[in-house]
Amino acid sequence: MAILEIVRIRRGKFRRPGWFAFLARCFGLLIAGLMVLIIWEVGRAAWLSIHTFGFSFFTSSRWDPVHDVFGALPFIYGTLASSLLALIIAVPLSLGIAIFLSEMAPPWLKDPVSFIVEILAAIPSVVYGLWGIFVLAPWLRDGVEDWLGNALGFLPFFQGPRSGIGLLTAGIILAIMILPTITAISREVLVAVPQSQREAMLALGGTRWETIVRVVLPYGRVGIFGAVMLGLGRAVGETMAVTMVIGNQPKISLSLFSPAYTMPSVIVNEFSEAVTQLHLSALMEIGLILFAITLLLNIVALLLVRRIGTVPVQGGRM
Amino acid sequence: MSNYFKDWRLSGLLAVMLVAGLILAGCGGQQPGGTTGTPEKVTLNGAGASFPYPLYSKWFDEYKKKTNEAVTINYQSIGSGGGIKNITDKTVDFGASDAPMKDDQLQKAPGELFHIPTVMGAVVVTFNLEGVSTGLKMSPETVAGIFLGEIKKWNDPKLTSINPGVQLPDKDIVVVHRSDGSGTTNIFTDYLSSVSPAWKEKVGKGTSVEWPAGVGAKGNEGVSGQVKQTPGGVGYVELAYAVENKLPYAFIQNKDGKFVEPTIESTTAAAAAAAASMPADMRVSIVNPPGADSYPISGYTYLLVYKNQDDQTKGKALVDFLWWAVHDGEKFARDLLYAPLPDNVVKLAENKIKQINYQGKQLLQQ
Repeated sequence: MAILEIVRIRRGKFRRPGWFAFLARCFGLLIAGLMVLIIWEVGRAAWLSIHTFGFSFFTSSRWDPVHDVFGALPFIYGTLASSLLALIIAVPLSLGIAIFLSEMAPPWLKDPVSFIVEILAAIPSVVYGLWGIFVLAPWLRDGVEDWLGNALGFLPFFQGPRSGIGLLTAGIILAIMILPTITAISREVLVAVPQSQREAMLALGGTRWETIVRVVLPYGRVGIFGAVMLGLGRAVGETMAVTMVIGNQPKISLSLFSPAYTMPSVIVNEFSEAVTQLHLSALMEIGLILFAITLLLNIVALLLVRRIGTVPVQGGRM
Repeated sequence: MSNYFKDWRLSGLLAVMLVAGLILAGCGGQQPGGTTGTPEKVTLNGAGASFPYPLYSKWFDEYKKKTNEAVTINYQSIGSGGGIKNITDKTVDFGASDAPMKDDQLQKAPGELFHIPTVMGAVVVTFNLEGVSTGLKMSPETVAGIFLGEIKKWNDPKLTSINPGVQLPDKDIVVVHRSDGSGTTNIFTDYLSSVSPAWKEKVGKGTSVEWPAGVGAKGNEGVSGQVKQTPGGVGYVELAYAVENKLPYAFIQNKDGKFVEPTIESTTAAAAAAAASMPADMRVSIVNPPGADSYPISGYTYLLVYKNQDDQTKGKALVDFLWWAVHDGEKFARDLLYAPLPDNVVKLAENKIKQINYQGKQLLQQ
């Protein structure tokens, strides 16, 4: 916020030298150019696969490098399912932390807690993966999955053999990884809710709970939604940690206990040893689909988050 | 800026000295080779298979020492697929691949490519069963049945009948396979295809296949980690990896009906037995060979080089290295748990190396 304001003020008052504007514009265009170049190159490499399989690439669930038959459906399913699961776990948690930090935490606790949450984002994903294999997976297999299977086994999501490796483990790991993103942005959004809004609600006799649920959250909902989308974008693109715990089996199964496969995982797994042209090309097409999905998510998220900036700011802010 | 270069005379002097220094250094760089008598420095670039990388890096080190640092070989273990692509595009001087190139791939190359076998690797079946250690016996049918997902329990009659005296539990078999494309998978699926018609028809062989059962883990370490973590787990890893990490492994029944322990000796025995039917281009699968001592799951790893070299100096350095590798280099194989080439295969490799030429002139002078 503050930075945006400064930029806005400066823009009016100072005239930049021409060469600097030109240079800056060149750099800006360079980024756009790079993006176009990436799409062009990946698309060109994927052309053989696009041409060979057409739309059936999206609907076929057979991935057989030996016989050169490729369909991306299990990977699209695995990516969306694991990311969705991560959101289901991470969103309530992150929102809870964000509300605690912006509305309730005593000042001396705010900084340490936000720091710890944000440091979660600094842990390399391969470390999450190792932790997933050696700690989380056995724990899920021997405890949680048994319990879920016994208590909720009538649902298709909790049936089948329990190996500790699969969608559930991947979803939990992803949830932990996107937690800092969603928490940090949601907290910013909530802090930006004008104090006058809260005061008005309190003046009307609202409790703290009512203030949070009826005023603070609705006021910040667009920004929070944007935060969730950014988290989703990260979950969709996450590679290493997911590859290590998801089981890498291109099968579509409703059960959270069964192994699955995601788009980034299949690329990282098979790219270096892909020998046939069609195999390489199919992997490229998966890359292209992944690129399109993440691009879309990020554009939506950025548009939403940017809208916070345009919300009129009244009264004194915190 | 202006503070440092206020004295124009000084900075001018500095510039002259700098230019003079550069010229001298440049001349110095061009001279050795001709006048001082030391051999010309050559750098060879290679890329490909990661399975033999530990041995190759040892070779390149030793070879550099042997040639008094005249020949430097850079190798990037980017995977067999990458190795084939790079040598086909001629962006490297040699490629490396675990699986021999297919006919249509060879046709795409701009020149005739030779496969020079370097060492062999064996693949072992490892498992995690309480109270059962190395020596569990498996027949080809059981290995195929397990990885096809048809044998689901450890106390399946197919397993218990060949393992009298071993207490096999009523436990689910959890299959773990490689998720990343790899030469190890290629050897293993090559074996399964050769012993099981059902496998050949449903799955086939390759560096990545459509696995009918189990979970995929990345790399040898991923598979062994997963097997160790899962009671009832079974997977396949390289022999070297299994030995180094003291994993339990199965004895596999070979073509002569014997249950053979995977070792360097039994792998070399398999290669020697298979050498009788070695084709001229050396692209061969040596799984399930005859011979009482042959371990049935193994394969060669290859260096890929062009028969006609474009650069005399580099070509010469390359053939000298290849000659050294299949002779002296083989001594390093055993320590790093690779099986060295049997003598009859070394002879075949020599024959290939002799054919490598620059504009029709044989490059090897020995």
